[in-house]
Amino acid sequence: MYKYDEYDQRIVDERVAQFRDQTRRYLAGELSEDEFKPLRLQNGLYIQRYAPMLRVAVPYGLLNSTQIRKLAHIARTWDKGYAHVSTRQNFQYNWPELKNVPDILAELATVEMHAIQTSGNCIRNVTTDQFAGIAPDEVVDPRPLAEIIRQWSTFHPEFALLPRKFKFAVSGSSNDRAVVQMHDIGLEFYRDGSGELLIKVWVGGGLGRTPILGEVIEAALPWQHLLTYADAIIRVYNRHGRRDNIYKARIKILVKALGIEEFKRQVEAEWAHHKDGPNTITQAEFDRVAKFFTAPAYETLTDRDAGIDAKAAEEKAFANWLKRNVHAHKVAGYRAVTLSLKPTGIAPGDISDKQLEVVADLADKYSYGELRTTHEQNIVLSDVKLGDLYALWQEARAAGLATPNIGLITDIICCPGGDFCDLANAKSIPIAASIQQLFDDLDYQHDIGELELNISGCMNSCGHHHVGHIGVLGVDKGDSEWYQVSIGGKQGNDASLGAVIGPSFAADEVAGVVKRLIDVYLENRSVDERFIDTVRRLGHTPFKERVYADRQPGKQKVEA
Amino acid sequence: MSNLIKLQDGHAAIVAADGWQIVRLPVVETEVKKQAGKVVLFKLTGAESATAEQIAGTEVPAGKVLLPLSVWLARKAEFAARVAAGEIGVWLATHELIETLAEDQTDLNVFPVIAVFIERFADGRAYSTGALVRSRFGFKNELRAFGDVLRDQLFFLKRCGFNAYDIRADRSAEDALASLQDFSEPYQGATVIEQPVWRRYARG
Ligand code: HEM
Ligand code: SF4
Repeated sequence: MYKYDEYDQRIVDERVAQFRDQTRRYLAGELSEDEFKPLRLQNGLYIQRYAPMLRVAVPYGLLNSTQIRKLAHIARTWDKGYAHVSTRQNFQYNWPELKNVPDILAELATVEMHAIQTSGNCIRNVTTDQFAGIAPDEVVDPRPLAEIIRQWSTFHPEFALLPRKFKFAVSGSSNDRAVVQMHDIGLEFYRDGSGELLIKVWVGGGLGRTPILGEVIEAALPWQHLLTYADAIIRVYNRHGRRDNIYKARIKILVKALGIEEFKRQVEAEWAHHKDGPNTITQAEFDRVAKFFTAPAYETLTDRDAGIDAKAAEEKAFANWLKRNVHAHKVAGYRAVTLSLKPTGIAPGDISDKQLEVVADLADKYSYGELRTTHEQNIVLSDVKLGDLYALWQEARAAGLATPNIGLITDIICCPGGDFCDLANAKSIPIAASIQQLFDDLDYQHDIGELELNISGCMNSCGHHHVGHIGVLGVDKGDSEWYQVSIGGKQGNDASLGAVIGPSFAADEVAGVVKRLIDVYLENRSVDERFIDTVRRLGHTPFKERVYADRQPGKQKVEA
Repeated sequence: MSNLIKLQDGHAAIVAADGWQIVRLPVVETEVKKQAGKVVLFKLTGAESATAEQIAGTEVPAGKVLLPLSVWLARKAEFAARVAAGEIGVWLATHELIETLAEDQTDLNVFPVIAVFIERFADGRAYSTGALVRSRFGFKNELRAFGDVLRDQLFFLKRCGFNAYDIRADRSAEDALASLQDFSEPYQGATVIEQPVWRRYARG
């Protein structure tokens, strides 16, 4: 994992001092609300319904146990004893007080953490595959270049106030787990026939009000040019992106308006001036950063463990957990483990300070002290010995972190919604809870199999509903809360956007609607077909017909 | 005392008297653009800056003046002698492109000052303008930001090549000086401090 040197530490310390002074000036009335807003946003501080929300950066989702303990301490000291894992792999606190935020940032700085550019119209935290460095299908470890991007983008003077937020995602495996096509810039690292590291660059993807999948602007960029090429793209965007309408200000709108050919032409014309400039990455700099991401001292193990097999045969709960929460590892005898933050009845992604302490202990005991956050709002221990799985499971289970539902219908991605967020049309956490309750039976969940259900409380799409196999979106309808349901969205290499199935539903109908969608799937699936495959094969009609079969608009509600 | 901070040889100080007058276009009635009920303040790149009447009606006083780009482009013949005397600078609106000026006047260094009007501090287009003025068009003289210029953006302006900052009149330029030093060793290469930190130092 990357370790700060004096330069990294100084930048973070200077940021704390700067923000402390900005907060002081704001509280003293020397900075207006409007003037303070972009400053606090670029420190991850939103003003939401009840209190500010503080978003702490977890660069490309990688953390160590010391950092997790610090996050637990902050949750206890300045929040209500819990924190939240976000869909961009960051940590969020829902209840800090503004006046305490400089102290929180100072605490974070002691463990090489910060909240820099986790919000605001700037380059945001880079996200990547939660299995980076350990995935069997990985071609290139994306983390060194992700760290290089982090440093380059931190306080980039030219891109401090872009038309809108700007998100990078990077991936280095054949199966994309970082949703690269859904980002302003998505990067896929790969190797050509001669082993050269190249980058496929997508531009102009994004969710929000106008969900768009990115387009390929450059299919084979040599890695040395990553930063200068990004400088060129973002300069074109900074100058020509729309600033007159917040809903049309993302780069995706500019790319669509110009067309990818013309946009590429402008970028290349700009890049001609940047290419081979000082930001060109040298092998020496790459190597300096890459050496932080070397593999731990793995033991030589066999990839089978009779003891674990026996336990799995004895205990179905353990077998279920092995099936859903344990993932392949590139090293024989090791596994990655997902700790589920999605038990029924807890807001998806929430974790208490006590659980954080347990997670830190588990990481120290079983996984070289490192862990990752996932964009599905769970936590991964990346390097667990096969033989330790049973012990780990027992400890995780005791802490409520072993719900065997990863990738299943109750592993819901959900935004904070109307319970916390000022922009919400509707609540989203209670909808997640109602669905989790209806599908609580584990056998039933496992029978349904892989299914991604994503919920957003409004069109800003924090909950990624567009790419959920089933997506739920809170919509405005007078003063009551209504929900639109879509199906057919998917993340990954064959990403697609879901389509709305029809008129919206009241809150207490949503779980029933989901149940009907699942029924149609269960009745029609062929062997090994996932929900999304059945939707793609059959089209939307049978699903729509079932959901709306007995529904007179405005009269009959959908019953579970 | 003015509210103008100048950087000279890395040292920032408030200048006693500026000496340059900013020439503005006469105000005309324009329709208020609205989108979703909100007044649209931002002109997009490429939008027209001034009408022919405004340009013709702009009065240019004697002495050192900063002309609106549109006035310079339309009326530069009038100012040839004053350019030679070092009395003419040009200012760009936030949405105006430096290319427009550079295509017209290939050697920008005939101007002692180029200024960029920051209509709203949260609009980062001026940063790219500054970077281009310096690195693409080789401008070596004073590059000034004026308008909604606030201390918390100074560090970025500085690194994008601006070396003069006319702090908004209701704010203290004295206080603002401190913010030019917010960060001592930035990561990335940019217009000012061209080399990224890993080229400046051996980072182990
Ligand atoms: C409670 C306060 C929150 C507010 C006010 C808020 C606001 C917003 C807004 C306005 C957007 C849309 C920006 C745009 O596309 O132009 C957005 C997008 C997004 N938010 Fe939030 N959000 C909040 C919390 C969260 C949380 C807790 C998460 C993670 C669980 C989250 C994840 C995201 C993501 C992933 C997007 C992006 C979609 C994209 O790439 O287009 N947000 N948020
Ligand atoms: S999707 Fe809407 S309701 Fe949900 S957190 Fe984002 S802005 Fe708030």
